[in-house]
Amino acid sequence: MNTTTFLQYCLAGISIGGIYAMIAIGYTMVYGILRLINFAHGDIFMMAAYFMIFAMVDFALPWYVSLALVAIATVLLGVFIEKIAYKPLRSAPRMSIMISAIGVSYLLQNLATYLFSALPKGYPQIPFLMTNINLGGISTSVVTFITPILTIIFVVLLMQLINHTKIGMAMRAVSKDFETSQLMGIKINRIISITFVIGCFLAAVGSVLYFTPRPSVYPMAGSLPGLKCFIAAVFGGIGSIPGAVLGGFLIGLCETFIKAAGYSEFSDVFTFLILIVMLLFKPTGLFGEKIAEKV
Amino acid sequence: MSMKKKTICSLIALLIGVVFLVCVNRMTAPTYILRSVLQMGAIYALVAVSMNLLNGFTGLFSLGQAGFMAIGAYAFAIFTIPLESRANVYYLYGMHEAIANVQLPIFAALLLAGVVAALLAFLFGIPVLRLKSDYFAIATLGLAEIIRIIIGSALMNRITNGSLGLKSIPSFPSIFGVIPGFYFPFLISAVCIAIIVLLIRSSYGRAFKAIREDEIAAEAMGINLAKHKRMAFVISSFFAGISGALLAMFLGAITSTTFNIAMTYYILLIVVIGGMGSVTGSVISAFLVIASKEWWLRFLDTELYIGSFQVPLLKNGFRMVVFSVVLMLVVLFFRKGIMGNREFSWEGFFGLFKRKQKKKTGGEQIG
Amino acid sequence: MAENVLSVRDITMQFGGVVAVNNLSLEVNEGEIVSLIGPNGAGKTTAFNVITGVYAPTNGAVSFCGKEIICNHPRGKMAKLYAGENKGKYTKVLEPTPDKITKLGIARTFQNIRLFKELTVLENVLIAKHMRMKANIFADTFRLSYKEERKMKEDCLELLKILDLYDLRDEISSSLPYGKQRHLEIARALATEPKLLLLDEPAAGLNPQETDELTAFIKRIRDQFHLTVFMIEHHMNLVMDISDRIYVIDFGKMIASGVPAEIQNDQRVIDAYLGVAEDE
Repeated sequence: MNTTTFLQYCLAGISIGGIYAMIAIGYTMVYGILRLINFAHGDIFMMAAYFMIFAMVDFALPWYVSLALVAIATVLLGVFIEKIAYKPLRSAPRMSIMISAIGVSYLLQNLATYLFSALPKGYPQIPFLMTNINLGGISTSVVTFITPILTIIFVVLLMQLINHTKIGMAMRAVSKDFETSQLMGIKINRIISITFVIGCFLAAVGSVLYFTPRPSVYPMAGSLPGLKCFIAAVFGGIGSIPGAVLGGFLIGLCETFIKAAGYSEFSDVFTFLILIVMLLFKPTGLFGEKIAEKV
Repeated sequence: MSMKKKTICSLIALLIGVVFLVCVNRMTAPTYILRSVLQMGAIYALVAVSMNLLNGFTGLFSLGQAGFMAIGAYAFAIFTIPLESRANVYYLYGMHEAIANVQLPIFAALLLAGVVAALLAFLFGIPVLRLKSDYFAIATLGLAEIIRIIIGSALMNRITNGSLGLKSIPSFPSIFGVIPGFYFPFLISAVCIAIIVLLIRSSYGRAFKAIREDEIAAEAMGINLAKHKRMAFVISSFFAGISGALLAMFLGAITSTTFNIAMTYYILLIVVIGGMGSVTGSVISAFLVIASKEWWLRFLDTELYIGSFQVPLLKNGFRMVVFSVVLMLVVLFFRKGIMGNREFSWEGFFGLFKRKQKKKTGGEQIG
Repeated sequence: MAENVLSVRDITMQFGGVVAVNNLSLEVNEGEIVSLIGPNGAGKTTAFNVITGVYAPTNGAVSFCGKEIICNHPRGKMAKLYAGENKGKYTKVLEPTPDKITKLGIARTFQNIRLFKELTVLENVLIAKHMRMKANIFADTFRLSYKEERKMKEDCLELLKILDLYDLRDEISSSLPYGKQRHLEIARALATEPKLLLLDEPAAGLNPQETDELTAFIKRIRDQFHLTVFMIEHHMNLVMDISDRIYVIDFGKMIASGVPAEIQNDQRVIDAYLGVAEDE
């Protein structure tokens, strides 16, 4: 492997890692606040891809209008799911709300099969994203190049929001202690909605970046990337945003290099192995906090 | 109600069940859908009960059931495909020499399916069982996927036939040459579920329930958490393996994608509808869910015209949407499922009628 | 002099930088009722959790009936961070899980009742007998051990009779009144056949009449089951009434010990509970 191909793989890995990171943020934020693995997050990501097809193919809208519509529709879908499927179970045991999330994931997959058929649908091309550029001998498409940049920009913005605004402070408070922050007058439902808005917005952006270089979308397209991103979130320490980002990049890079080495069949096995090994040696992940059970 | 009366009631119910199955077997054409719905129901009842043993009784939220079913199905299929059809099945890669000429009797292979699944559960259990609640769930989900991917990978071409899957798996055999093959899944399922029920009612079963209720208190009462969790995990996987083998027999052909995540979700939803922590709930729910999914709701998938009017919404895939909406309704509004964590009892059964009667008389008084 | 049942030596429990229990040593002798008191957050329950194996202590040792059962010294990260005393005195590492400790004969109750809520009273007690079972899981599943099982059940029913819970045996434990739940928790602990019973605030949440009954109840079970009792309690009337000896801790450190009369007049104890004026 010479330097150019190596760098090419690095760039591809960082690019896919950036997408994973964006989705992983959605998992980690929801988990931080609701202590819920939002199994439906990967399917929301898949639905965002179908929204894009709707906007650009069925309604033939220009890509910038479509992007805005996709973001809005995805955010609405996420908030709607939260209100319908998670909110009524606020006081239920954690197992119930997790089952509800699995149910939503199942429903979204079946709904997509029903509405768009199980056959893969072509994903619309955004011409300028697919143009090739040449960076010091490495030729790549614009989308591969801008993904990590976009990721970094969003993460920085998000960290600013969380660390330096009133809403961010409320979010941190809620994730530390749900009940007490409620007693302190924080409107918990609003904070949860905002969390879902942010998570789903990033999922929508991630979806566009993920599917643009890929030919098609199908109803199960979200479940595996979803699981991988969850693993990224666990790896970085669930509840921690920098952790999720680092986890995303790491998994993206590892996956790309395993594929490059000719073991593409086992790239997913490797991801799951990372998860299990991580949980065994450091169950709290890289940046996670330890929560001790009180006796 | 006295013990004797209950036993009589149970015997009558059992007799009705057997007579019903005999009638179905004798009176229906071999291709009639009720036959396969019942058989599939029996298989899913077993795997649902085995999952319930973990999720509902021991409080370990496992999402790995499909993985252990896959292990059982493949272990069974590899050793039972008739020698003469093997060249045909493994036409592309050939079969590994060590196992090419090994063929086991059906019962031995069935047991093997369970044992291999249990062994793997034992090995995986050592690391995975240390994890808590949702981490455990996600780790078992990951394990099931790893198992599935490895089974279907090129690495295993000469053992599992890789991504091509296995076919020519023998169907349900007749038992001792007397009882026709139609009854095979019911019999095996019933025996296995009976064993699980005996286990749940034993002192060890109580210890499992104690772990579900409160791990810290259970440990303070001298229950070795690691040991008991491992036992529950291994036993549950053993029966998942057996049900996997039954499914392989039922389908006749399997590929690794048969046992994907959606299958685990499907089993979980059967358990949830039946009620976490209720064996009878899981069994009833397995038959109901399979019947509605495979049979009663079939019409939703076909376009229907009344005259020239097309009934809206009906088209391919609508069945699954309705199905998942029903599931969401159960999860949201009937969280306890059909049975909650209670078991079927004759008192409860007759009580159901009595209560209705009381309501009626009460209504009359007011009127 | 009665035989020594529990001996806690130089126990320090440190969480990160916080020292919850600092160099605590105490003894409980056979047949005694000993109380551990102190203001909220003094480290009483932490001490219990160390004795019952829920936490491994950072430093120190615990012996039960003359045999060392728990021992530890600061290791790993703790070796640097350790802020307690007697560093280097202990070198062995012995960290049994709670179930092993219970098996040895130390049973406990919890401050916030931890019954198996959805199970019946009888099942709650039967679970405590499970660890003494000799049959393995196969024998037990196929009822090859039905004699043992029957004996277990008879013993439990007998125990419930003694403790006035027999009539409630088939009730779901969470449906019992609060006082009865406390009783059941003690019954469940007794079913593990302990020599030493640790009670964590048994009178919490009880009304005055129930508290009086509890005093008699604890004395009765001590005599009937030949127990040694070590308890945490805030209810001073109960403590002074029942205890043979009292240990007082504050901020994790022992500040006084002795018979009730001594403790009642100890200035340090009064200060710990009422506070000392700063400007004096």
